[in-house]
Amino acid sequence: MAADGVILETRGLTMRFGGVVAVNNVDFSMKEGELRCLIGPNGAGKSTFFKCLTRQYKPTSGQVLFRGTDITGDITFQIARRGIGIKTQVPSVFDGLSVHENIWLSARRHHKAREANKITDAIIERIGLGHTTKKLVGRLAHGERQWVELGIVLTGEPKLILLDEPTAGMTGDEVGRTTALIREINRNVALIVVEHDMQFIKAIAAQVTVFHQGQILVEDSMTNILNNQRVRDVYLGKHAV
Amino acid sequence: MTGLLASGWKFDPNRHGTWAVAGTMIVLLFVLPVLEDPLLLLQVRYYVSMIILALSMAFIWGFGGIMCFGQSMFFGLGGYAYAIAVGNIGESTAPFFLSMIIPAIFAAILGYFMFFGRLNDVYVAVITLAVTLALYYFINSTSGDEYKIGKARLMGFNGISSIRKFNWPGDPKSFLTANELFYFSMGLLLATYLGLKVLLGSKFGRVVVAVKENELRAELLGYDVRAYKLAVFVIGAAIAGLAGCLSINYKNFISPNAFHLALAAQIIMWVLVGGVGTLFGPIVGCVVLLYVSFILGTGAASGGGMNTYFIFGLIVMIFVLVIPQGIVPTIRDWREQIGRYRRMIGGGLLSLSDQLPAGHGEGMRNLAERLIGVMKSESGPAPGAGTKG
Repeated sequence: MAADGVILETRGLTMRFGGVVAVNNVDFSMKEGELRCLIGPNGAGKSTFFKCLTRQYKPTSGQVLFRGTDITGDITFQIARRGIGIKTQVPSVFDGLSVHENIWLSARRHHKAREANKITDAIIERIGLGHTTKKLVGRLAHGERQWVELGIVLTGEPKLILLDEPTAGMTGDEVGRTTALIREINRNVALIVVEHDMQFIKAIAAQVTVFHQGQILVEDSMTNILNNQRVRDVYLGKHAV
Repeated sequence: MTGLLASGWKFDPNRHGTWAVAGTMIVLLFVLPVLEDPLLLLQVRYYVSMIILALSMAFIWGFGGIMCFGQSMFFGLGGYAYAIAVGNIGESTAPFFLSMIIPAIFAAILGYFMFFGRLNDVYVAVITLAVTLALYYFINSTSGDEYKIGKARLMGFNGISSIRKFNWPGDPKSFLTANELFYFSMGLLLATYLGLKVLLGSKFGRVVVAVKENELRAELLGYDVRAYKLAVFVIGAAIAGLAGCLSINYKNFISPNAFHLALAAQIIMWVLVGGVGTLFGPIVGCVVLLYVSFILGTGAASGGGMNTYFIFGLIVMIFVLVIPQGIVPTIRDWREQIGRYRRMIGGGLLSLSDQLPAGHGEGMRNLAERLIGVMKSESGPAPGAGTKG
């Protein structure tokens, strides 16, 4: 653990695709236990930023530091083992396997068989999918698949969780449950959440970072962000809040 | 329909018909020699070696998701490794193991570059095909005296003939009899089949299936998918090498044709026709297609036959268009479908019989209960069940 309590830091992180600069020289920093929201219009670079953090993309330049350690050279599975979990924008789950198997595979990675079984049952209980244990994940509703993925990520016992649009495709009721779950997770895990749902961000009352054209436009509390003229111009002005 | 069978894989004999398949093998193991038909035993040994080859492909493609277009290379390497080693050593124990070790080492090197280099599936198929053909042309051009390893000449396109058969370990003079060779081959088939089942039910196997299902997620869980794919590839190569070794003990001969495109393509057809994602399917596919080839072959010999590859091409086209899942998964789906109908009709009859006044509709009720009840024992739990392990 870094002495200054910083869990994640990027220095000059840049990702180019040919002439397009999707993430442009981003200096980002957040503390242990923090809950941070990333917002910004489509194409602002939020998902690309996540993919750079988990090495699904190799950053063109810049550094990623996790608890003070430079992890820029790590590849995806090593980053996962360090304790960064991610829920991708399009749910990345094992569609051809049962809910139980999905969670079990996550639990078994770092636990012995017997413990893995116990943890799997506990997690399925926690995400409220007990009635679907034996169903194939591919046959579940979109919202439920999101929950399965959340369960998979939680089971990995990460120290930092990246959530890319966790409430997409969920009903109002499900959004409420997700909000409660995120609050609960945040008691001992740091989170970065990409969301478009302003009500949701208000509800989890987080510090907000606004991305625009691959760069950080502003960082502030949600209340101040909503009153920020520049943010309104690039983003919120286009959407009714 | 990806991963339909792969759902919740673990060693669960009742669910996956493992005991039925293994039991059949055991029965054949004991019954066939009793018939005292040496030709039949010889024929079965040939099928057994090919079935083991089919299983190697069933494993790496159907469960590992690795589309190896040149599985024949490991078959050929295993055969040549045995032939050359036994020619030098004059005893078959070490060569038997070398027939698996050499292909495994070769696969480890080739696979390292493919999987750690992050090549996608299409390139893996192309490269493996290219390598098996390269080996084919290389071995073909080694007929000169200068091409030899130790005492054993490679013999080029002529092939190596009169290769020593298996002897009892440590006793080069006592060869295995025809019956013993049969027991040995059949025993190895049984061991391969059950071994793969156990492997697929273990943590390793379940992760392998997960990697096939969603490589990115497996990696985000912290699994090194490159290493898992490499391990699958190497295990598949060793099994194919074993098949090559057994096939030599059947015909005492190996030629560069072991590496040929014709065999490489046939292995894929066996799996495709039988059912990708199962072990039993490719066994069925292998036996059926070998038998078809046998019939066509004898037809051709008598002058009235058709081109085997033409027919095979036709069969594959029909399967891809009509039963893309392959024989075994399709039959299983039918059975599940029939099960649903029976339960539906049974349920309907049951509620109908409830409407009737007391004392009537007993026959109907019995029929309904039979329709529902029978299926309960036949269909087993829903897909994805039984993953408590």
